[in-house]
Amino acid sequence: MAIETSTETPNVSVSDYLRKNIREYGLLLALVVIMLLFQFLTGGVLFKPVNITNLVLQNSFIVIMALGMLLIIVAGHIDLSVGSIVAFIGGISAIMLVKWGWHFSLVVPLCLMIGAAMGAAQGYWVAYQKIPSFIVTLAGMLVFRGLTYVALEGRPIGPFPKEFQLLSTGFIPDFLSLSDPATSLIKNYVALIAVLALVAWAIYSGMKNRRLNEQHGTPNEPFVFFAAQMLVIGAVAIFLGFQLSTYRGLPNVLVVMGILIAFYTFVTTRATIGRRIYAMGGNEKAAKLSGINTERLTFYAFVNMGVLAALAGMIIAARLNSATPKAGVGFELDVIAACFIGGASASGGVGKIIGAVIGAFIMGVMNNGMSIMGIGIDYQQLIKGLVLLAAVFFDVYNKKKAV
Amino acid sequence: MDNIILEMRSITKTFPGVKALDSVSFKVRKGEIHALVGENGAGKSTLMKVLSGVYPASTYEGEIHFDGEVRRFSTIADSEELGIIIIHQELALVPLLSIAENIFLGNEIASNGVINWPATFARTQELLTKVGLKDSPSTLITDIGVGKQQLVEIAKALSKKVRLLILDEPTASLNETDSDALLNLLMEFRKLGMTSIIISHKLNEIRKVADQITILRDGGTVETLDCHGAEISEDRIIRGMVGRAMEDRYPPREPKIGETLLEVKNWNVFHQNHRDRQFLYDVNFKVRAGEVVGIAGLMGAGRTETAMSIFGKSWGHKITGEVTMHGRPVDVGTIPKAIYAGLAYVTEDRKHLGLVLSNNIMHNTTLANLEAVSARGFIDERKEAKVASDYRSKLRIRSHSIYQEAVNLSGGNQQKVVLSKWLFTDPEVLILDEPTRGIDVGAKFEIYTIINQLAAEGKGILMISSEMPELLGTCDRIYVMNEGRIVAELSKDEASQESIMRAIMRSGEKH
Repeated sequence: MAIETSTETPNVSVSDYLRKNIREYGLLLALVVIMLLFQFLTGGVLFKPVNITNLVLQNSFIVIMALGMLLIIVAGHIDLSVGSIVAFIGGISAIMLVKWGWHFSLVVPLCLMIGAAMGAAQGYWVAYQKIPSFIVTLAGMLVFRGLTYVALEGRPIGPFPKEFQLLSTGFIPDFLSLSDPATSLIKNYVALIAVLALVAWAIYSGMKNRRLNEQHGTPNEPFVFFAAQMLVIGAVAIFLGFQLSTYRGLPNVLVVMGILIAFYTFVTTRATIGRRIYAMGGNEKAAKLSGINTERLTFYAFVNMGVLAALAGMIIAARLNSATPKAGVGFELDVIAACFIGGASASGGVGKIIGAVIGAFIMGVMNNGMSIMGIGIDYQQLIKGLVLLAAVFFDVYNKKKAV
Repeated sequence: MDNIILEMRSITKTFPGVKALDSVSFKVRKGEIHALVGENGAGKSTLMKVLSGVYPASTYEGEIHFDGEVRRFSTIADSEELGIIIIHQELALVPLLSIAENIFLGNEIASNGVINWPATFARTQELLTKVGLKDSPSTLITDIGVGKQQLVEIAKALSKKVRLLILDEPTASLNETDSDALLNLLMEFRKLGMTSIIISHKLNEIRKVADQITILRDGGTVETLDCHGAEISEDRIIRGMVGRAMEDRYPPREPKIGETLLEVKNWNVFHQNHRDRQFLYDVNFKVRAGEVVGIAGLMGAGRTETAMSIFGKSWGHKITGEVTMHGRPVDVGTIPKAIYAGLAYVTEDRKHLGLVLSNNIMHNTTLANLEAVSARGFIDERKEAKVASDYRSKLRIRSHSIYQEAVNLSGGNQQKVVLSKWLFTDPEVLILDEPTRGIDVGAKFEIYTIINQLAAEGKGILMISSEMPELLGTCDRIYVMNEGRIVAELSKDEASQESIMRAIMRSGEKH
């Protein structure tokens, strides 16, 4: 009897659970609703295979940068310089590849290292000199943009070698060749099979995890929610996979993005470094007094952001097939907005990778849908701004109600 | 009586769960210096906050008579209008503004929103002369010392036509010369007919200036002593301050004391912010296995600073001295090193320094020793949950589950979570800084029980507390600190509230 008091009953009532986690389910629901809305408003163009492919290509770099930005924001900081890093890396890669004729297998890792150095240069001032990140990265934003103009001498450079372009315009080839692409509806079986396998794996590992939790007395989310979530995500994934397979298959960027999302989800939920970033963002002094090297952690968060911004910079350059000094202007705002729409807290300590990813896709679908509808850039910005405000208000409102 | 300027009648003020003031009565005569004394938490500051309107009239019971009329203040502005001015221990000056700007902040000499600088400077000059300060009105506050800052505060009070000046521990952070200057100034003002109330722990100073002394204890008035009759000794005052019966609030313990674990030698530390001011002087102490050692002292004596400077040099500057564990010198230069050496520091400020409030119990429990539940940088969630559940049941943390956020726990349970965190690092010596502050009696008893268990397991406990009965009830040996020095070491038999207070007061006179 006395021993058993420590294991709590994992049966949380469904409505209680919903109330506590309304943010996460609400976000997923919002994405689905927005997708359906634009599917309707665009007369079915949104879900056309070619447009889905475009959607992925257009948003991949925002998602990739949002992964790093989420860590920065959770750590209690901000990075305004990512748009300029994107432009600078795009320019440098163009100079190396086009002007100097270096091979891309050398250029890509080199550019990632330069990105890391740019992040480190800013992280140093934030972490060790205690200058507010807003100021440091504002300076970085100007400095890196200026350097881009200097490096490119104000002119665009292009076009890129074919292999480099494949980074963002390439597709995973259909090495299965189950049917003749000319006649069959499904032109790329690899895409379809990969998506089906992923969904099956997600359901299997989710079930396994629930079973393990039950054995250890760790509470599970109610089965209804688990099932509904799996159903929605599975259905959407299979539908999108099917659409992609009728066109050219899985874009390379989608695969890169998927791997990064999985990696950063793992880091934030399971790695000690992720846990420490959350603790630091929640209460830096307490984290420091618990023996956490908060300076080093902050420094690495910025290095990481630099690497991801560099990757994004190359993807964008490859996609546009030219490096221009104006590339990436204003991207930092989209990336930051994605994190906040995804539920990150501006005061640090709170935020999820999956939230930032969904936030980025909400922004992406709105951009894409409104462009198809022919809504001008003026109204697009207005609407996006209101959505950001509404999403954050929803958070604040929920928090107030909870207290 | 005609010469009574202030009378507070049966003031009762309750906070959730605590009666801070219980029917306190307090009379001040016109033109006198009235001292208010009592232990930490006796209710002095609360009483002054009631008087100055920090706590509006609707939040307490009782009456305030000022100038023979009943007054009900709902804001500080109401009391200031009558000339009741309070100068807090934490000075309320803006460091980067000038003396003149500070004196007239919020009360500027201006017409239509435009400041009249010549008039401001002239008036400031007048006020500064009154308080005996020779600095220019345009000097920045940050460029003058604490003693002068205190005088600026008084000048600011004078600018508001002060009739009753309240000083909350005005000399706590002053050296002897500055303290004397301040006290002399108060006596000057008395000659001019001004009334003041001074809150202080320094009994020698009080005896020097006070006309009457009112003693508070546990939220009640004990007595008011008149200094013009027979000589009042410090012992007499101390007896009034501490004279309460020890209750049976502490679980019994059979100490089994072993070898020396932690020893600190010649520990000298300079102030974290005022870098040329030495704060701790030659602190020496030791903690043995199975021993509960207390550090007594008043606020600002340097107890927390001693603990934090030892724990990874997380407070202070220019730290010198030696720390040994089991007789061998250890490096405590960073917090991870201090933890590695076998130390743990449970902070007095659990909300700001102890817990990540937005994280759950489990995450807080493992924060200082994540390696123990992870392999190659990845956390084993089930192992972590088991650790957290074990501590939750061992320390009887009351919560829905280990997944409850720390922010939603009561003070006592939050404290237990902080304790869990440090116990999980498996320290040899635990430094507990005010471990029972702000928690209820039941939870206190549980914390004492935990302390006893830890000592029985052979750990060394160093306990800092401002509650003397708590130290007397739990410790095997007590060090007394005052003004950055260890001024006495008392065995369990020697230690009493009187002997501790006496050690503090005596040392205060020496320096």
